[in-house]
Amino acid sequence: MQHDRRPSASTDDRVLAMALRSGNEAAFVSLLDRYHAALVRVAMMYVPNRAEAEEIAQETWIGVFRGIDRFEGRSSLSTWIYRILINQAKQRRRRADQSIPFSALWDAAGTAPEAAVDIDRFFPSDHERAGRWMSPPRSWEGNPEERMLAGETRTHIMEAVDGLPPDQREVVLLRDVEGWTAAEVCTILELSAINQRVLLHRGRSRVRRTLEIYLEGA
Amino acid sequence: MATTALTCHTVVERVTDYLEGALPSGERAGFNVHLAACPDCRIYVEQMRQTVHALAGPTDSAIPLKTRDDLLQRFRT
Repeated sequence: MQHDRRPSASTDDRVLAMALRSGNEAAFVSLLDRYHAALVRVAMMYVPNRAEAEEIAQETWIGVFRGIDRFEGRSSLSTWIYRILINQAKQRRRRADQSIPFSALWDAAGTAPEAAVDIDRFFPSDHERAGRWMSPPRSWEGNPEERMLAGETRTHIMEAVDGLPPDQREVVLLRDVEGWTAAEVCTILELSAINQRVLLHRGRSRVRRTLEIYLEGA
Repeated sequence: MATTALTCHTVVERVTDYLEGALPSGERAGFNVHLAACPDCRIYVEQMRQTVHALAGPTDSAIPLKTRDDLLQRFRT
């Protein structure tokens, strides 16, 4: 099935890996320029501050050039790099004495089934219109595109993402904020295609609800 | 599988599978039939699209020069 296809190394990746093995600085710099900022953003999902995320990203690079001989090309080079990053980030989080507040808050509750939209907004099962909207969404068309993408809206969106349970946050950040494909997220987070979609669905639904409250002042 | 009538409640729970192209073709057809008849659900699906669009925000892409130099130094040794 298409959704289960894993990205494997391209010719470019193999050439880059060979260049790294031979100590080619330009190859290393091109990787730094392409991925470092994204590595820091992804690391921020696991640690409470930017300084630690920077450290993890730097440790990752050291892991990359020390471990490049072990890159076998079964995944893309970027996937391989992100896996090193996420392993390091998770190890560090485990070592940390103090847990991150939102993770403590959500780890237990995060896996419970939850409604995309509050059940009270639909007619109940004994009603002739059972399951249809009782309190339907109102179109956001009145909001110009600029408002949707304006700084204040963006702040609300990112706060909503920060407030998601960690497993939903990982998937929403990587898919929708960073723009990864479903296959990449499944590979790097070791999720099945179905679980990836469930987490994406719950996360996006919550973010939509936050936007609805904000845009409608509801 | 025959297409059974979807409720709005089912639509909001299946919308991500729909947007991800992961619905079996029968269900996808039923979903489209529902959307054609239900303006409220069209708004909902559009809001989910707008949410995804709004999430894809501007991201910084520069590596600090000092970090770049430090890492290059370690790469050399």
